[in-house]
Amino acid sequence: MVQQPDSKTQWGKEHYSILRAFLIILLAITTVVSLMVGRFEVSPGDVVSAILSAVYPFPDLSPTIRSVIWDVRLPRVIAVILVGAGLSIAGAAFQGLFRNPLVSPDILGVSAGAGFGAAIALLITENIFVTQIMAFITGLFSVGLAYAISRVYRITSTLTLVLAGIVVGALFQALTSLVKYVADPFNKLPAIVFWLMGSFNHISTSDLVVAAPLLLGGMGVLYIIRWRINVISMGEEDARALGVNLEREKTIIITAATVISAASVSICGIVGWIGLVIPHVGRILVGPDHKLLIPAAALVGASYLLVVDTVARTITVTEIPIGIITALVGAPVFAYLLRKNQTGWN
Amino acid sequence: MAKPLEIQQLSFCYRQGEHADVFTDVSLTIGQGEIFTLIGPNGTGKSTLIRCIGGLLLAYSGKILIEGDDISTMDSARTARIIGYVPQTHLPTFPFPVREVVVMGRTPHLGTFSSPNEEDMRVAEEAMKTVGISHLEERPCTEISGGEWQLVLIARAMTQEPRILLLDEPTSHLDLGNQMKILHTIKRLSKKGLTILLATHFPDHAFLISGRVGVMKDGGIPLLGSPEEVITEATMKSVYGVNVKISTITGDGGRRICVPLLSREEDGPL
Repeated sequence: MVQQPDSKTQWGKEHYSILRAFLIILLAITTVVSLMVGRFEVSPGDVVSAILSAVYPFPDLSPTIRSVIWDVRLPRVIAVILVGAGLSIAGAAFQGLFRNPLVSPDILGVSAGAGFGAAIALLITENIFVTQIMAFITGLFSVGLAYAISRVYRITSTLTLVLAGIVVGALFQALTSLVKYVADPFNKLPAIVFWLMGSFNHISTSDLVVAAPLLLGGMGVLYIIRWRINVISMGEEDARALGVNLEREKTIIITAATVISAASVSICGIVGWIGLVIPHVGRILVGPDHKLLIPAAALVGASYLLVVDTVARTITVTEIPIGIITALVGAPVFAYLLRKNQTGWN
Repeated sequence: MAKPLEIQQLSFCYRQGEHADVFTDVSLTIGQGEIFTLIGPNGTGKSTLIRCIGGLLLAYSGKILIEGDDISTMDSARTARIIGYVPQTHLPTFPFPVREVVVMGRTPHLGTFSSPNEEDMRVAEEAMKTVGISHLEERPCTEISGGEWQLVLIARAMTQEPRILLLDEPTSHLDLGNQMKILHTIKRLSKKGLTILLATHFPDHAFLISGRVGVMKDGGIPLLGSPEEVITEATMKSVYGVNVKISTITGDGGRRICVPLLSREEDGPL
């Protein structure tokens, strides 16, 4: 039988270190460009000087530029990178865990739950911090609820869990609609709707203090358990026969991915499609092995969301909600990938 | 030394409170380096018994002792270091290269947060060599034939470095050539000292690999012994309800064969 020597999948796998270096450089470039552009243009040199001014004072640097970079753009860029990488990793992990390339990190109802929590908080308070806490807690709660429901049936199969997740997601979406219905249409309703569409508009350093460790922690756990995801993706019976403590490891993966998703929704609202589409792009680049896929998906997802966010805040005078763009781009790209990459899964 | 595998009065039913057990009070002891072949009609619980022994089904009553230890007290990683289980074929979702699938056999030897190193890779390569699939190592596992995939699963089980190998119908869906390849591999592994339990639909395979045979029927293993004792025209008739012809062939060391016949007495000759 003839070996196919140079399919695209194998190039990225065989030259993984080159690909990784390329993706890191790509992320660095998108980061600098994202820090440059906006209503107030900053030159690339000033961006670098401003960043380095944290450790080495540049007397020539204008305080305005320093403030624009440090207080406005850098927190936002860091948040975008963490959310883009986090949702991509969570999506890749869930697609492996549920052995289904069509699931996204939302599959267990985390976004619907977090969205409901945020909507309630926006209805009763103006406090952004309360909104974030509420979103995070209800996000975790909804996945916990899905898990509990799946347990009631005493069959801990993955399918039961997914069905329970769909039930919980539908429930919280209905409750969110109820909140919108009763919300004051001139004041509260636009705030809720805009928040649910997703935006990094209001990110400040204080948001990152809580969210960044959660996002990094979740990503770290999924990163170190990534080889096990390969084993688990072979199916429950195989994984168990290979000595995997399936219930424990499923819980670890679901918890880590849920913390990432809930933390993301709590700081920037619902940004869809990233966790579904980026793992596929990663598989085209490096193949299905989660050992390579998880880091690759993180780098691609971070760069991609940075580009989208930069477009969202610069293309028109008022900012476009980022969730709209990720969906507008994600849906056709996904349709294209489904056609193109039929070897990415079976 | 304790026997590798000892089953004491094992009963199993899938749903609590359901009156019909899959099997009742099955006892069986398999010795070191032995090949034990389970035959019997569909649905008599061959797979269920194998999955109980592999630690995959827990709701049984009775005892399963692995090298003297009760399997219900062992964690799954420890079980998987002693027992390699080759499941009935199903294809994976993702097209991992064959080598990546085989090295998954190292899972019970690795911590939750570690991944295989060079040494683990070497064990996997050794297993692929033993089973004869080294040439496939780079191929996506979704693009190989059914027989090759079965060999991949055996290599994966070998990579666990087990002392007991359980195979659930390893030759079903395979053509003649691949069937013999699998049986040949099984025999070779048993010569290496592995204790092997396999289920099959082909009584003839029991003659081919010799060892002991058990026939599962009516919730137990009523017939147990050497292939020559167990597989007779009378027993096959009562077990499968078909007429078979057992005879000795020249060649292949003068072994017996079991051939099913299409004719039934009530029909007369076809």
